[in-house]
Amino acid sequence: MNPVTNAITLGVQRGWHEFVIGLRSPSDQGFYVMFGVGSLALMWFNRDEDLGVPGLTLPQLVLPSLLAALVMFSIVITPAYALALEREDGTVLRLRVGPYGLHGYLVGLMSLTLVGILPLLVIVLGGAALLFEGAVPTAPGRWALIVGMLLLGILANLPLGFVIGSLVTKVQQVFTWGMAPIIALAYLSGIFGAMDRLWGWVQILAQVFPLYWFGHLMRYAFLPEAAAVGELTGSWRLGAAVAVLAIWAVVGFALAIPLVRRMSRRQSGAAVAAARDQAANQFVR
Amino acid sequence: MHTPTCPPVVRVRDLHMRYGDHDVLTGVDLEVARGEVVVLLGPNGAGKTTTIEILEGFRRPSGGHVEVLGEDPLHVDEAWRARIGIVLQSWRDHARWTPRALLDHLGAFYRPYATEQRPRPVPTEEVVDLVGLGAAADQRIITLSGGQRRRLDVAVGIIGRPELLFLDEPTAGFDPQARRDFHELIHRLTDLEQTTVLLTTHDLAEAEKLADRILILAGGRIVADGSADALARRIRGRAEVRWTHDGQRFVHATDDATGFVRQLLAEHPAGIDDLEVRRASLEDTYLELVRTHLDPGAVPTREQAMTERAS
Repeated sequence: MNPVTNAITLGVQRGWHEFVIGLRSPSDQGFYVMFGVGSLALMWFNRDEDLGVPGLTLPQLVLPSLLAALVMFSIVITPAYALALEREDGTVLRLRVGPYGLHGYLVGLMSLTLVGILPLLVIVLGGAALLFEGAVPTAPGRWALIVGMLLLGILANLPLGFVIGSLVTKVQQVFTWGMAPIIALAYLSGIFGAMDRLWGWVQILAQVFPLYWFGHLMRYAFLPEAAAVGELTGSWRLGAAVAVLAIWAVVGFALAIPLVRRMSRRQSGAAVAAARDQAANQFVR
Repeated sequence: MHTPTCPPVVRVRDLHMRYGDHDVLTGVDLEVARGEVVVLLGPNGAGKTTTIEILEGFRRPSGGHVEVLGEDPLHVDEAWRARIGIVLQSWRDHARWTPRALLDHLGAFYRPYATEQRPRPVPTEEVVDLVGLGAAADQRIITLSGGQRRRLDVAVGIIGRPELLFLDEPTAGFDPQARRDFHELIHRLTDLEQTTVLLTTHDLAEAEKLADRILILAGGRIVADGSADALARRIRGRAEVRWTHDGQRFVHATDDATGFVRQLLAEHPAGIDDLEVRRASLEDTYLELVRTHLDPGAVPTREQAMTERAS
């Protein structure tokens, strides 16, 4: 038996186990419901607003963008939080002392992250199909396209969470360096349909980041060809989108691997004990 | 136990560790033979954890030569990891898992490293029995008591059937019953699996109970090395004789209290007063030993001076 293959299999099992545990926990359920139902409510209360694309309603236009933002948020924040938390509480160390345990841990975290977006997708897509006529495509060809774009967006964003989770020194910093920037980015990237009202340099800045392009590709997959009039240049820029996302994926993985390694090297019993003492002191205060 | 065909499991020469301008280890030498239970004893801050973390490969020493299972822990592969076990102090990791699920999961990483002599991992059921987790094996870990949690920590440490097991202050915070259970567990482990064990503690009684050999770490060095019996003999054999004569107090340290007193009485036919023979306790001497080594500038007390003269 090859120990690496063995560890990868165990990692996938680990991710699934954690997912199932999470589904039963009120905090994870709360997360899904809050973001899923919140997204639907956002579209519902603004459903009659006109975004300037003839023949398309706000829910139709915003749903693909919102899905991109939700997927990015979940895919970055899940591993970032997990890494920050689980290296402090000794999970990473626990795995690391076994043979190829770190491999198992990382594969587990990736599996959890991937499978963890499914409940959100089900809630938002299911809800949108029921609430907003014509918002969710039914043609199989479209779905193949949607799945393809989702995978590309996931690949571009997945390493980011590992980078953030390895760099932060405290769990609270995940908000500062993860959640807050993504929320700001969602606004700047036209997720809520307001991009052309922003200043020119902000538009250019937004196009450096993966979220704008992920949203762009999702809109391309969901919407009719003519919806291009709602885009910044009035056209679909598939080549540019794929290129930017591919660069983020490659650079992200290139950064994430050494950073995660460095982070895990710093783990030891004493480091975990120090974190525990610090937490205990905070609690006393 | 130490033969040429059976090289030491741990071999450390002149180990130094310096944090900033603070020297923690200033030349530690130690060897652990296969199957031995060695206890590293020392006060808090003596460098026990640092030493053990260097051996585990978690820390880079400032100097010296370290060999664990024949390899330098800083440059080891995963196969080496499969041969050692580390008992970590769990805190809140895997809080929502059950011990059984966690042991199944962690144990499975060792499957590719099974050999004829050492089937790996140890079946979860067997480990659960061995550490005495019982019904707690199916509770969520967050609901376990401190004692049950430590049993789980030990279970995780031995699930891969390690050749060498590290335990860093395994009984810190234990109540007396949990402590006794734990000591029995260590005895069972070493009897069943011929596991080499290196553990740290600052509890003298614990060291005495568990160790084949005790190493006392103080002031960055090993200041004593021997079986509990040998250390106890060396220390307890010495006694202090006190008496007064002509209103003056006298104190004399001797290895042969009986002979000395006989001679003393013979020399003073007129008699002496307040004759008292006291044996130094293991604890007294340990504390003195540690105190002077921690603070080299300290003037050795009388007991310490005795100890050094005798050795």
